[in-house]
Amino acid sequence: MVIAIDGLSLGAIYALIALGYTMVYGIAKMLNFAHGDVIMVGAYMIYTLCTLTWTTGSLPIWAGALIAFVVSIVVCTLLGMVNEKVAYKPLRGASPLAALITAIGVSYLLQGIAQLIWGAEQRSISILDRLGTVRVGTVAIRWSSIITVVCGAILMIGLTLFVKKTRTGRAMLAVSEDKGAAQMMGINVNKIVSVTFAIGSGLATFAALFYLPTTAISPTLGSMPGIKAFAAAVIGGIGSIPGAVVGGILLGVVEVVCNSFEATASYTTAIEFALLIIILLVRPIGLLGKKRRVKV
Amino acid sequence: MTMEGTKKKNLFAKGGWKNYITYIVIIAFLAIMIILNLTVGLGRGDKSTLARIAFSCILAVSLNLVVGFLGELSLGHAGFMCVGAYLGCFVANTLRDATALPELVVVIIAMIIAGIVAAIMGFVIGVPALRLRGDYLAIATLAFGEIVRCIFKNLKIFGGAKGMSTKIYNNNTLFILAFIVLLIVVFCCQNLINSKHGRAVIAIRDNEIAAKAMGINVTFYKLLIFIVAAFFAGIAGVLYGSTIGTIRQETFSFNYSIEILVMVVLGGMGSINGSLVAATIITYLNILLQNQLSGSLAPVKNIVYALILIVIVIFSNAPALKNFRESINPKAILARISKKKPDASVTRSDEAKWDRIPTKINIDEVLSADTRSGYADDPVPPGEDVVPMEATKDELYRPLDRKEEK
Repeated sequence: MVIAIDGLSLGAIYALIALGYTMVYGIAKMLNFAHGDVIMVGAYMIYTLCTLTWTTGSLPIWAGALIAFVVSIVVCTLLGMVNEKVAYKPLRGASPLAALITAIGVSYLLQGIAQLIWGAEQRSISILDRLGTVRVGTVAIRWSSIITVVCGAILMIGLTLFVKKTRTGRAMLAVSEDKGAAQMMGINVNKIVSVTFAIGSGLATFAALFYLPTTAISPTLGSMPGIKAFAAAVIGGIGSIPGAVVGGILLGVVEVVCNSFEATASYTTAIEFALLIIILLVRPIGLLGKKRRVKV
Repeated sequence: MTMEGTKKKNLFAKGGWKNYITYIVIIAFLAIMIILNLTVGLGRGDKSTLARIAFSCILAVSLNLVVGFLGELSLGHAGFMCVGAYLGCFVANTLRDATALPELVVVIIAMIIAGIVAAIMGFVIGVPALRLRGDYLAIATLAFGEIVRCIFKNLKIFGGAKGMSTKIYNNNTLFILAFIVLLIVVFCCQNLINSKHGRAVIAIRDNEIAAKAMGINVTFYKLLIFIVAAFFAGIAGVLYGSTIGTIRQETFSFNYSIEILVMVVLGGMGSINGSLVAATIITYLNILLQNQLSGSLAPVKNIVYALILIVIVIFSNAPALKNFRESINPKAILARISKKKPDASVTRSDEAKWDRIPTKINIDEVLSADTRSGYADDPVPPGEDVVPMEATKDELYRPLDRKEEK
């Protein structure tokens, strides 16, 4: 039971990050390697603002945390958009590898800046884990896990509705299908790409908040969950939103299950990535990926 | 044996002299360094920097085979290096304990074994890679690198999380050995690329389906390139171990794979000379920044490195800066100085060619026939006098003359 909830909550975190990867990939056709570092920036922002509001203000703790979180979301969203404008937009139309390399550059840059501002030492802060645990029958479940699962589900449903129902969302689908045709139909591609990066970064901030109870904050916080979420996006079929959710949850559950056994705990990473390779072997386009016929 | 054959051909092949310039530059560089070492005396750090440059060059050149010539994105090159480093140095340690072979022989045996083991891993990852393309392959190779790292972290026989220690090769001669290995690697790569097999690989990169249609065995060549690249990466791993002394699995994280990829992309994909230059500059820059900015300034290294990377890539790839790039391109400036406009001449000759397409059908004749003579469904009203252009056409269309319709 605990394993199931923990797995789902880690899976929800991976899914939230993977959504950022998969949306950016679907629309800009680039692997945004700096996405993991947006989580890191989000975590640092939450940490700094929380300590600031808690020490200076007379606000109750939850209000301070809420303000800190909202401001962090805004900052990360802006960061995502600035990233896109400065580093990726000039390279639209160039080879995708060039954009990949600048994304790596941005990743190093963010890590360097974070290390310069906050130092290399690890920090930790308790926000969601202040809520303690709840007893269901005989087992104690952390509130933070439950909140993560519930909020994650709400965010994913919200995102799906946004993409399917709103004008902007459908414009995003159109751009991911065919950029040129979308442009001819009067869709502002630049705006859509910006919106995509903004949404991805916003979701990454949520992921940062949910990730904080189980990890310490350091400049390299984002790289491992970033890579795993990327793997999750690929497992689900990159470019597909439900695929990212499925992949994220699958990977999260596998990780928690592996960690819970003595024999497999130290091989968790290897097992997860082996799972990725096996899934790609069976279905080279991911679980829910769309098959594209290769034409001459 | 194929190597010999291609080498002979290369001597006379057009553009073959370029390969020799690469070798001459590497040898000259090595010679200067040896002379400097014997006369002035290079510092310990300088010599290990040279060795690092050499194995970075090997990594970049071998990754260029996959990324630049085969056209597949691989993010797991450090994984092959990791396999080579651990197994090669393990073999070297065992040989040192068991036998009294000279150090050079031990390292060479270690390099060969490391290369072979890494090549087997290349085969293992290459087989599934055949089913994947593009970014899926990239993530699969990345996953492979992380799996390898995770396994070596947990194997007690290789030192576990603490890392495996090996003997540092004699500092005075290590860089010479490394550069000689680099020369061999560059020689093999150049010959491979300029051979029939190399052309097949490039054909696969340019259009896989067309290459397949031309009878190229795509499976074989993809595997071949993966195996060769992994082999060289394994060798570089042993050189790495001999330079550093302690092999730690953290070194071979995907960040390192990406650093090698950066060398390849900045040097120019599909250019071995470019990879050599970029690998040298980036390795030197990294070590320089590391030495200059220590302590609290250490993060500045990342920032400077990242900024240089972003600026170079945007500058050399952005479509918006194309005109600016051409205006400062030395070749274009030379052309302007000598008042040659190569672009214009190319277009003109092209136009001349397309002015008249040589075919068996005389297009003018066909066109004039259509308009001037009467078909059965010709919209020309009856009674109007149609004068045929030529007698042949006249005869040709007579059976359909309107008079018969009346």
